Amino acid sequence: MRTIFQTPIFKHLTRQDVSDVALVGVAAAIVGLSFGAIATGGGFPVWVPIVMSLVVFAGASQFAALGVILAGGSPLAAVLAGLILNARHLPFGFTVANRLRASVLERILGSHVLTDESLAFALKDSDPDRSRALYWACSLSLFVSWNAGTAVGAIMGETLGDAATFGLDAAFPAVLLALVLPALKDRRTQAGAGIGAAVGLLLTPYLPAGVPVLVSLVGLVALIGQKHQTEPLTREEPAE
Amino acid sequence: MSSAVMPISAILALAAGTYAFRVAGPLLHDRLTLSPALQKLFTTAAVIMLLSLVISSTILDGGAFAGWARPLGVAAAAALYFAKMPFPVIVIGAALTTAGLRAFGVA
Repeated sequence: MRTIFQTPIFKHLTRQDVSDVALVGVAAAIVGLSFGAIATGGGFPVWVPIVMSLVVFAGASQFAALGVILAGGSPLAAVLAGLILNARHLPFGFTVANRLRASVLERILGSHVLTDESLAFALKDSDPDRSRALYWACSLSLFVSWNAGTAVGAIMGETLGDAATFGLDAAFPAVLLALVLPALKDRRTQAGAGIGAAVGLLLTPYLPAGVPVLVSLVGLVALIGQKHQTEPLTREEPAE
Repeated sequence: MSSAVMPISAILALAAGTYAFRVAGPLLHDRLTLSPALQKLFTTAAVIMLLSLVISSTILDGGAFAGWARPLGVAAAAALYFAKMPFPVIVIGAALTTAGLRAFGVA
């Protein structure tokens, strides 16, 4: 990575920026490692988590799609769950676009590596050059570490043997819990998530697997009648 | 767990849809803006679905109760989170708790 950080766009980065970005990369590698291990430990072939991490590159939706299938749901339900989770990238993209003055080619390439974390980094500085350098530094660090972590985890998960013996089935909800708890800050989100989880759980015996998670979106009723203050779009990083 | 099948078509569909969400803003932002209400809706929808997944994959396995070892492992993860432990400690703590309980005969 040293040589990458010496290219012209990255000359705007400070030493502190580089170490912040590296920390985010380490955290992503660890989540990627758990993703790979949980996938192959749960019975998926090695290529599934590796290809997913490369072409989807959105951790929570990858875990969700995997979880829906492991629970016996259909691939269609898995894709739908993943897509609804990733719909938040739509507003992220508009926010980032306002800040990054980039060529069309750079926008097309840069969009694939847009994540919660890279948006947060891009918003750290209002200077367009620094913003763009931070965005790319964080995105590239995450892309490399997430995919490397996934590949190592996938191979480890396959050699481990029975996933249940090692408690990997508990690691899956634990990862998601650590990702979601920081976002459960305001009362309406808490109420919505509580309603959604309860409805999803109660309907599980009566609906095909994978569908209850989609039905849990009824929890969005908690947002009705809310006054909209402007609040930051960024979410907490999983490592925090 | 033996029926873990994820067709490549499903992975590509998820990838294509995700990329469409990501690229829309950078390509269209001159012509279109999103309301704060819509932004809040997307973010909350993600949180609700994730928590729902956490709860159901903690308690259920294939539509039936998963046994005590797994929920207790996830409870340990929650305790470690609120004790402000780093991410790897939370995840490994959950797996070790569940594995340990199973080693002592708790299903």
